[in-house]
Amino acid sequence: MDAQDLSGFPLRLEGDTVPMVSFRKVTKSYGALVVLDSLDLDIDEGEMVSVIGPSGSGKTTVLRMLMTLETINGGVIYVDGEPLTHMPRGDRLVPADSRHMRRIRAKIGMCFQQFNLFPHMTALENCMEGPVHVLGLPKKEARERSEELLKMVGMAEKRDQHPSRLSGGQQQRVAIARAMAMRPKVMLFDEVTSALDPEVIGEVTNVIRKLVAEHHLTMLMVTHQMGFAKDISDRVCFFYGGRIEEQGPPEQLFANPKRERTQQFLSAVKEAV
Amino acid sequence: MFDWRWDFTWDILPRLIVATGNTLLAAGLGYAIAVVLGLVLALAQRTPSRALTLVVREAIEFVRSTPLVLQIFFVFYVGPQFGLRLSPWTAGMIAIGLHYAAYLSEVYRGGLESVPKGQWEAATSLNLSTSRTYFRVILPQALPPSLAGMGNYLVGIFKDTPMLSVIGVAELMHTANAIGSETYRFLEPYTLVGIIFLALSLPTAAGIRLFEAWVRRKLGMV
Repeated sequence: MDAQDLSGFPLRLEGDTVPMVSFRKVTKSYGALVVLDSLDLDIDEGEMVSVIGPSGSGKTTVLRMLMTLETINGGVIYVDGEPLTHMPRGDRLVPADSRHMRRIRAKIGMCFQQFNLFPHMTALENCMEGPVHVLGLPKKEARERSEELLKMVGMAEKRDQHPSRLSGGQQQRVAIARAMAMRPKVMLFDEVTSALDPEVIGEVTNVIRKLVAEHHLTMLMVTHQMGFAKDISDRVCFFYGGRIEEQGPPEQLFANPKRERTQQFLSAVKEAV
Repeated sequence: MFDWRWDFTWDILPRLIVATGNTLLAAGLGYAIAVVLGLVLALAQRTPSRALTLVVREAIEFVRSTPLVLQIFFVFYVGPQFGLRLSPWTAGMIAIGLHYAAYLSEVYRGGLESVPKGQWEAATSLNLSTSRTYFRVILPQALPPSLAGMGNYLVGIFKDTPMLSVIGVAELMHTANAIGSETYRFLEPYTLVGIIFLALSLPTAAGIRLFEAWVRRKLGMV
């Protein structure tokens, strides 16, 4: 991380309405290539935000930075009021050490495009790994929690199967259960239906709909499924060239985009379908 | 011209069989050292410390670029000048274990690199600790692709144990040489040594392939 002046950033966010996730002037670049340019984005508790945009617009990077899979080059990310990328030392912020990052990261769960289930563990073992070995739950409790979640995603009968025996849609549903077993406050979905055959996309989106309906979770989702984003999001952000080009409630953004680039993108997507 | 004596063959066979035990012990001990030390060397190259990575890499290159027999001599004969007086067995095990650890570390490195990046990311997203990530997620997946290479070096270390005869470890080759210099007959002892090596190497190679398939099945990665 480059040395930067962090004096303008608070040690923690306080007040009546602290956003669950807050990107403050966050910059990410690979050498000369700027992927995200001074991003400001607040996500409230319980809010469902979808991120859309052309590839290379930096939308996946937003999720990966929040999961600490990418470092940032400038700005600060706050989660639940506390800095994630930095930590307070005395009266100023310094880059976070791994211990601090681990503590804050515990509030975040993530599902990936390629599922990333552990291939040598069964569906149930995949779900139990974190609760037992990170949260320190007794095996029995972790098992009950995992079985309940596998039931919720409709995978209870396949709990003793290894991922190689499961279809893409089934693997992704297990991956959602695995992430949820850690009881995160924020869930990140990174193009979770992009690697799926068209006929099984519905089984995954239905599980996410269920999460939205039944759990009070903050969610951030990168997706190419415009119809799905329109249905379930509280807010949609259109990324272009490393910035949020336009954002708003889905009805407005999809029906009535104000910016030319948004209009172009949406009409191009429509033609593709 | 071709004068094979069966009575002599039967006479020396028991001695050679006893020596085979020593050969197997040397190969087994050396390999055990190499398997563990090789993993340490592979993991040491993956710490954030660039300096450590560089030192370990250079050490591995050094070991791989010099002959095993020289390393054996070095540990046994040069060691004492630095106050390191070792028995032939200890010196031999250190030399051969170190030598094969360097090779095995490269096998492990390949195996570790073959684990998809997404597995690391999933482990991070579940907040697993670094050691948990290695031992529970990464190493089990790095094992199956490493087994073929590990098996080759198991056969390799077995076939290299005769080099220990140069410092007097009483393994198969050493015993055959001793028989030769006592009786001035070399045909039978050396032929028997060759047959014994062949008889042990071939099933080992086949066994490794079976073991590899079994591990993959066991890990559910078929």
